[in-house]
Amino acid sequence: MVLYIFYALSVIAMACALLVVFSKNPIHSVLYLILTFFAIAGHYVLLNAQFLAVVHIIVYAGAIMVLFLFVIMLLNLNAETEPHKNTLTKIMATISGGLLMVTLAGAFRVLEKNLGQVTVQNSNVGTIENLGKVLFNDFLLPFEISSVLFLSAMIGAVILGKKQLN
Amino acid sequence: MKEVVQGIPLNYYLALSTVLFSIGVLGVLFRRNAIIILMCVELMLNSVNLLLVAFSAFHGDAKAQVFVFFIMIVAAAEVAVGLALMVLIYRNIKSLDIDFLNKLKW
Repeated sequence: MVLYIFYALSVIAMACALLVVFSKNPIHSVLYLILTFFAIAGHYVLLNAQFLAVVHIIVYAGAIMVLFLFVIMLLNLNAETEPHKNTLTKIMATISGGLLMVTLAGAFRVLEKNLGQVTVQNSNVGTIENLGKVLFNDFLLPFEISSVLFLSAMIGAVILGKKQLN
Repeated sequence: MKEVVQGIPLNYYLALSTVLFSIGVLGVLFRRNAIIILMCVELMLNSVNLLLVAFSAFHGDAKAQVFVFFIMIVAAAEVAVGLALMVLIYRNIKSLDIDFLNKLKW
């Protein structure tokens, strides 16, 4: 049963990811990417990482993709304005992507034999309580530094987005 | 090979993440629209996130999930700055075609 859910979510994720790359209209790309993110959130639920699934939907579907959609609508991009690479470059890109996939898959096949026995996991790893404890005990300094990163990103975005004054 | 809680082998997640990452790379090479390229980078980051969560569930260690948080934070900051850059580029050259942005090309 769970395996079938896994298969369904995987097929949705991969199909929507391919449609992100191949759809002509940028807005359709964004919408398919949102579907991909929902499928990945479903995977997180399947892996007992409920809190991450919720955060993933809020951050990606709720904030980042809305930002993308907003910019695409602001710049009025559509299928007519969409630039396209020539056919040779597209074929080369497809071959390169396929080669990378084959290389990674081959590397993982070798790795798989050496993984060996792994300890049994406890099922409440992904709860907000457990994650909060780890985040604020072991990763407190990176957490604080990330706030500085956000502040600098915000200031950078505002300065970049401002009208140039000559 | 041991299995994750509900009986999904870990190498399925490895395969899925590999495919998603490769699709992201394919998109970066395939498209000329800079915003789509940024979206494909997001897709690659997400495939790595998925693999981190799978390994976290596999080993029963919450640290990988905290790492996923930090990757999300970096992705959010990257998107904010990246989209501001896109708006700036569009304002200057009236296009988001990366083939016009070849001044730094060797």
